[in-house]
Amino acid sequence: MINLKNVTFKWHKSDSSLTLNIKELAIEKGEHIFLHGPSGSGKSTLLAILAGINTATSGEVLILKQNLTTLSNTTRDVFRADHIGYIFQNFNLLPYLTPIENITLGCEFSKSRKQKILKQSSNKNSALQQEAIRLLNALGLTAQYHHKDVAELSIGQQQRVAAARAFIGSPEIIIADEPTSALDTNNRENFIKLLFKQAKLSDSTLVFVSHDETLKPLFNRSIDLINLQEQV
Amino acid sequence: MIIAKLAYKSLLNRRASVLLTLFTIAISVMLLLSIERVRIDAKSSFSNTISGTDLIVGARTGDIQLLLSSVFRIGHTNNGVSWKSYEYITSQRGVKWSIPISLGDSHKGQAVLGTTFDYFSHYRFAKKQNLTFNKGHPFAAINEVVLGSEVANKLGYKLNDSIVISHGMGNTSFHHHDDNPFKIVGILNPTGTPVDKTLHIPLAAIDLIHGGKASLEHEHEHEHEHEHEHEHEHEHDEHNNLVGHPKQITAFLMGFNSPLYTLQIRRNINQYKQEALLGIMPTVTLKELWEMLAIVEKILLLFSAVVVLVSLLGMLTTLLANLSQRRRELAILRSVGARPWHLFTLISIESLLTTLLGCLVGSALYYLVIFSAGGYLQSHAGISVNITMLSYYELGLIGVIMAAGFIIGLIPATRAYFYSLSDGMSIKA
Repeated sequence: MINLKNVTFKWHKSDSSLTLNIKELAIEKGEHIFLHGPSGSGKSTLLAILAGINTATSGEVLILKQNLTTLSNTTRDVFRADHIGYIFQNFNLLPYLTPIENITLGCEFSKSRKQKILKQSSNKNSALQQEAIRLLNALGLTAQYHHKDVAELSIGQQQRVAAARAFIGSPEIIIADEPTSALDTNNRENFIKLLFKQAKLSDSTLVFVSHDETLKPLFNRSIDLINLQEQV
Repeated sequence: MIIAKLAYKSLLNRRASVLLTLFTIAISVMLLLSIERVRIDAKSSFSNTISGTDLIVGARTGDIQLLLSSVFRIGHTNNGVSWKSYEYITSQRGVKWSIPISLGDSHKGQAVLGTTFDYFSHYRFAKKQNLTFNKGHPFAAINEVVLGSEVANKLGYKLNDSIVISHGMGNTSFHHHDDNPFKIVGILNPTGTPVDKTLHIPLAAIDLIHGGKASLEHEHEHEHEHEHEHEHEHEHDEHNNLVGHPKQITAFLMGFNSPLYTLQIRRNINQYKQEALLGIMPTVTLKELWEMLAIVEKILLLFSAVVVLVSLLGMLTTLLANLSQRRRELAILRSVGARPWHLFTLISIESLLTTLLGCLVGSALYYLVIFSAGGYLQSHAGISVNITMLSYYELGLIGVIMAAGFIIGLIPATRAYFYSLSDGMSIKA
């Protein structure tokens, strides 16, 4: 599903040291991976490379058997929108849309994700809304909040909206970038369990990034970025 | 589809600043359209003032001065044309009709014009339209008066009212001809020309109110002979008490059987030995006069163009300022899968929507303005403003503004296009 080989990354060609130097990283389909490491260990850089936001300076980045380093910017944009659901640390919700609208936005820019939903639904007109409502309910946001202003929601509620947006249209890979940093311990675990359940349902591979090692036991596999990085 | 929806929702979210921009555009559209309408209607009102008259003859002065005094009632000539010269010139071959006019008196600030019955059958304005009566009929007796539509409206006169004419111009004339009240027998339809602001009385009455009864008696015989050659013989015979004329008239209008006579008789008039006279062709002089005013016209046009330019620059400023505030919003869109051209389209649609709405509101305001100011322009500037559908020219102007707004919107749109994706991935809340 995700295969990295001899991947290096420098921000600028003139930089003397590598920000990232990974000899090998393989993640299988359906795995729930906990990727951790202290601040500055290159977590964000690795995620940016996995999502095709930045391209590796050298090496091979295979996502779904597609080598991202050889794709053009536009193709990578389309690829990302089609296959990767991203939960941001700060949620990235649009304040002037309702939760439902924010969620459907996740598949408005991807034909393949939209198609997946339409295929399963009999009602073509409201299929996207129905799916968004289903996801919100599954993630524990009750109907009374579905049409409120995003700005009126609590952090925990916003997070559920952000997660639902990543899951809509069942992308193959879900990347969660420190989505729990604003939550207390109890809520964190609950939220992660909901993520697992949803990931299983949509048959997605989950890459969960955090510096908080207390979450480690919840995952079936964890990767320490410090160990992964080849020392230069 | 989603882009249009996002544009709409985003605009709604920023309604305060968007409304301001929209109003700037609306006001500039309104100004441009109003100025243009006044400009065009001024020009047409102007050239519609008189038509079908081949020659205007008056005492020698400037071409434009003669036109202004005889047709527009602006200023007045010190000298007149003697009745003898008038009779001599109008008896030439090729003269189809002639209208003597005598100006210089007033009624409550409105010009009084002494003329003959021929005025109502031969005077033409706009596209060779005759004067028509809203109420009543032409004067038939020496103490009868026909009002222009605006005089009747403004002073609230009805048929059969009696009015008094004063000597000289102006409201506060010292000398009222109290002993000669006139009865209103006719009110003309509006023409959008100075005729609307004029009171028409028989030429014979002019001398009468100045106490010139003698000349009336004196010339009586001669006048009668002349009448027989006249094409309106019949009417004049019926209204015999209209017969009479002053020694001098201000000017006279002439129509000819063929344009050839116009040039020939004009030359004769300008070389006339007995009296220093001037003949002008109103169409030519109107054009000269309008060309003198063309600079005003151009300045008006320039003003409205500048207004539009300023409002568009205002829109650009707002758009660019908004853009840096919206960096986060655009970055989020990028991060959920929107591609650069989506952002480009989003911003373009937004500026297009703003200009479109601005133009719509502007057009509405424009109708409001011409609807409420039309009457004022008509009565104070003599410009008849027509309330009609937007002309192709006006739609063209709106189109140009829309296009300019769209092109200006492309500037922030291009900037949005180049916003990098990593913006969206690493923004801090």
